[in-house]
Amino acid sequence: MVGEAVTARDEILARLRTALADDPPPVEVPRRYRRVGDRPDPVAILVDRLEDYRAVVHHGIGALPGLLAEVGRLAVPVDVPADWLAGCPGQVYRDAPPLSPADLDAMDAVLTGCAVAVAETGTIILDAGPAQGRRALTLVPDRHICVVRADQVVGLLPEALTRLDPRAAQTWISGPSATSDIELNRVEGVHGPRRLEIVLVGGTSGA
Amino acid sequence: MNRPVAPATGGGRIRTRLPFPTAARPAVADTQLRANLHRATRTIRGKRARVVDEVPDWEALRDAGSAIKADVQRRLPELLEQFEASATAAGATVHWARDAAEACRIVVELTRATGADEVVKVKSMATQEIELNEALEAAGIAAYETDLAELIVQLGDDTPSHILVPAIHYNRAQIREIFQRRMPDVPADLSDEPSALAEAARAHLRRRFLSARVAVSGANFAIADTGTLVVVESEGNGRMCLTLPETLISVVGVEKLLPTFTDLEVFLQLLPRSSTGERMNPYTSMWTGVTPGDGPQDVHVVLVDNGRSAVLADPVGRPALSCIRCSACLNVCPVYERAGGHAYGSVYPGPIGAILSPQLTGVADNASLPYASTLCGACYDVCPVKINIPEILVHLRQQAPHPLAERATMGVLSWVMRSPRRWAAALRLARAGAGPLGAYRQRRTGARTLRRLPWPASAWTRSRDLPLPAPQTFREWWGKQ
Repeated sequence: MVGEAVTARDEILARLRTALADDPPPVEVPRRYRRVGDRPDPVAILVDRLEDYRAVVHHGIGALPGLLAEVGRLAVPVDVPADWLAGCPGQVYRDAPPLSPADLDAMDAVLTGCAVAVAETGTIILDAGPAQGRRALTLVPDRHICVVRADQVVGLLPEALTRLDPRAAQTWISGPSATSDIELNRVEGVHGPRRLEIVLVGGTSGA
Repeated sequence: MNRPVAPATGGGRIRTRLPFPTAARPAVADTQLRANLHRATRTIRGKRARVVDEVPDWEALRDAGSAIKADVQRRLPELLEQFEASATAAGATVHWARDAAEACRIVVELTRATGADEVVKVKSMATQEIELNEALEAAGIAAYETDLAELIVQLGDDTPSHILVPAIHYNRAQIREIFQRRMPDVPADLSDEPSALAEAARAHLRRRFLSARVAVSGANFAIADTGTLVVVESEGNGRMCLTLPETLISVVGVEKLLPTFTDLEVFLQLLPRSSTGERMNPYTSMWTGVTPGDGPQDVHVVLVDNGRSAVLADPVGRPALSCIRCSACLNVCPVYERAGGHAYGSVYPGPIGAILSPQLTGVADNASLPYASTLCGACYDVCPVKINIPEILVHLRQQAPHPLAERATMGVLSWVMRSPRRWAAALRLARAGAGPLGAYRQRRTGARTLRRLPWPASAWTRSRDLPLPAPQTFREWWGKQ
């Protein structure tokens, strides 16, 4: 059935099948890399990495009121835990109905939680799960305050992936917005939030 | 349809217009450019080495990355069909493009259908390759690059010279000059501090991000079993484009697939450390089709061949499709550091470009590129997916057309060397002919070499010295003992 109008899809797939006419042998993928972290105190490693990226780390939920004291307009996901907002003197904007990009741009800060954090790479991962909201929420405001529980911290990247839903829209954050485009030196502060503050709760170094 | 369909080479900005040595000559003579490149590549080499050395299982990660990519190449047709099915089920529309022109046409039509006359762009090698900005402009659609380095290149009416940092050839003072000339809103007293330049870019693009209706991106990875796309970036311009507009069009080379989400545990360790020399890049975005209430609700993926099937067809050259565009090979390459990216004539410069561009176009169209290397092997050592670049360079040199004089000489030499008797006789003859000359050169220059031969052999000695035969061969010496 040779149609005169072969679709691009069929033609590309046919080209690729022809290209593999040598029938390459099956490949066994060696996974000898570390899948589970073996270093003690991943929370301390996470703090070290985050501070290396010039994120600011605070210990204990008790640090929150102090941080929020200087925030006039605070964006939060709909399901933000009520106790995080205790004593927040500013105006709190819940993202329901969704705040417009212009609304978000007028915020002083956004407060969220996260899904999981990776110690070795200093990465906070948001997957729109509890207390995280949609992606734009943590993008447009210039300051992101993120609460990380010690039980959300894993040592290595492979451990984090097992906790994530691949189909959820994800944002992985490793420090404030930065660029290395000028002479390959890293400078912080371009389009994303220029201030990233982490509030660590629970665990050995939290409260 | 059982008739076999031949793999096809591609078009776009992947062809040298001048042979590499000719194109490199002005760059090598430009001392400012040499200084900029030396400084930038030295900085990034140091950063990469530090963060790679702290990973105890780096070699195991490279082995896994290399094997996953080989597996993808072997199963590419079935994985593409799987990706298409998964992404479609998640609400994305998947398009296929045989070549650069078809890919551009699809993006133009999709943009027109929204009624928008401008798009914001995330840095993407694939869209540079297919010359999408030119196609959009021809269709009356303005394309705004939002990555800082791409913005610098676009405002400077220039072309990228590096995979990761397209503006690597500019220093901070030159960047300030471009901004002052082309950004109407920039402060008059703009300093050349990188932080001030980054701030200027933020102010320049902020309003455009907040009002953009259509974004165009590439993708670093496409996950076959879930239909997920992944974009790795630093500034947040990627997040802006991937999140705020209503329509998102992603142009993805067919080789970008990974079989499963779990495979990201390998590549998201290999890529940032190899690329910017960071433990992790500031932002990574992942999306699977349409997420209701979160990000673009009109999501398109354009899968592009444009010569990749031709690369796949060569079992020796095939691993070039494993490239994850980290640019570590550029940063360690002595040729790249001196010639810069523009000399390669393609959007893919450096060692990976020297093997990828000729395979995408057919070697005859980029015949000088496989020679744009000293075969020192530094690129192979740093490649996170272990592409044996020197081996593929040598393989491609064999396919490149060679001058008649060289082929004739090599043919004679091959005949002579096939017989020990002919070889010994030839050496005697050569020594008789060149003996006095060799002794003369030895006295004059301290070396038994010729610097320049007459035409057509001058082509050989233009970049090589020709050693003259020794007064006595090893076999003669051995025979006397």
